[in-house]
Amino acid sequence: MDVGGFLGLVERARGGDRRALGRILTFLEDLSVSNAWMVEYLASNSSGKAQVIGITGIPGAGKSSLISRLIKAFRDKGYRVAVIAIDPTSPLSSGALLGDRLRMQDHATDPGVFIRSVTTAGFEGGLSLAALAMIEAFDALGYDKIIVETVGVGQDETTVMDAADTIIVVTMPGAGDDVQALKAGVLEIGDIYVVNKSDKPEASKTYEYMSFVAEKGDIGREGAWRPLVVKTSAVLGMGIRDLVEAVDKHLEYLVGSGDKAARTAKRRKLLIKLLAKKIVLDTLKKVYEEHDQSVGEVAKTLKGFYEESLELVRLAGRKLIEGS
Amino acid sequence: MSTAHTQSPHTTKRKIKILVAKIGLDGHDRGAKVIARALRDAGFEVIYTGLRQTVDQVVAAAVQEDVDIIGVSHHEGSHIYVARKLLEKLREQGAEDIPVVMGGSIPVIDIDTLKAIGIKEFFLPGTPLKEVIEKLETLASQKAALKQ
Ligand SMILES: Nc1nc2c(ncn2[C@@H]2O[C@H](COP(=O)(O)OP(=O)(O)O)[C@@H](O)[C@H]2O)c(=O)[nH]1
Ligand SMILES: [Mg+2]
Repeated sequence: MDVGGFLGLVERARGGDRRALGRILTFLEDLSVSNAWMVEYLASNSSGKAQVIGITGIPGAGKSSLISRLIKAFRDKGYRVAVIAIDPTSPLSSGALLGDRLRMQDHATDPGVFIRSVTTAGFEGGLSLAALAMIEAFDALGYDKIIVETVGVGQDETTVMDAADTIIVVTMPGAGDDVQALKAGVLEIGDIYVVNKSDKPEASKTYEYMSFVAEKGDIGREGAWRPLVVKTSAVLGMGIRDLVEAVDKHLEYLVGSGDKAARTAKRRKLLIKLLAKKIVLDTLKKVYEEHDQSVGEVAKTLKGFYEESLELVRLAGRKLIEGS
Repeated sequence: MSTAHTQSPHTTKRKIKILVAKIGLDGHDRGAKVIARALRDAGFEVIYTGLRQTVDQVVAAAVQEDVDIIGVSHHEGSHIYVARKLLEKLREQGAEDIPVVMGGSIPVIDIDTLKAIGIKEFFLPGTPLKEVIEKLETLASQKAALKQ
């Protein structure tokens, strides 16, 4: 798509055209050297004011259900809310079945809410790249709260959580063993810990355990924020006010301490790093595809193994630079 | 390797993204779930929105997810009404380029009417999965060609 066409889409999206925003996000899922300017344009138009809230935790903990509750609470306060639901491609098949949306469908028709699922990535870092680019788009288009859901396993998901302003780790009673099984690093990143499904009897035990985890996480972290632990029940709608209060408090802390600006800068640095990686991989792939042909041609020169292989390296290097 | 791809304008091939929706009040979604899983296994990206969706919800989800195809599973008598409303709403949102297919127990006698309304394909019970996949792939690449 040419620049004029894209700017037209952005203009339409600004005016509330959701079809246009949906199309923009699709371009951002497939960034390459030829359309990297799209995310650049969006980032230069985003305020960095949106609060990016990462929500992670084992499958079934109730993340999507909680997000649906959060959407409602944020909407009541007049915020515009975007959700990026990350669901990695099933390792068992090349496709994906995306069900996070199912729990949030009540909000689908609310003009102040936009929900997008992300799944396929061609390379490690691809999911993060797509999510980070989408964050810039939502911010540029005036969304106040950008919620990112991940199941918190895998490098890509840790990366994207790292890029959030506020990290919420969700667990549930009886998940103790699974919780232990999660990488300790993932667990200790929380700014807020949520014990969801508190309507269940074993919840207080889990609460105690999470308080311990929060304290442990606290030792390792920089800054003055003390992680909070909140009990919720997404089905009953209990504890949601406490959770929203904790999220607000964390934003206040971020803004007051200057950490907010630092996190935005960190997020953009990560975006650039991943975009560069994508461009290098794309270019390498192209060079590699042309490599066979070069081998045939260089071999004809009969300069000997050493000279011929050096010549191939030189050719590849030239193509890498020309191709980018 | 899966074949469920459309050619994207860039370097990578984009998987076909399909919304599987169940519109109306009837409470069984077995059929919809079976097809959702089968399509996933065939390499599709399937967005599943669950039971008892309204036409507005389905269109909103399709637009936000920018899907290539909308698949509606239907087991009630109101399919003609639903189809008409769905296509109308898609036009209203500037999303009439997204093809809509229908599955489930649709009386054969209604198919011409549904075609005239704009439904692209029908998958009656017993349609072989291979045929479903091929037809969906054709629809997705036709749509992609339109966009160029
Ligand atoms: N009892 C109870 N069940 C819940 C609660 N929150 C979510 N669930 C259920 O847990 C299951 C998984 O929820 P979901 O939101 O999809 O979890 P996710 O995988 O973490 O996104 C669903 O069946 C929900 O209805 C809760 O607070 N209490
Ligand atoms: Mg979920």
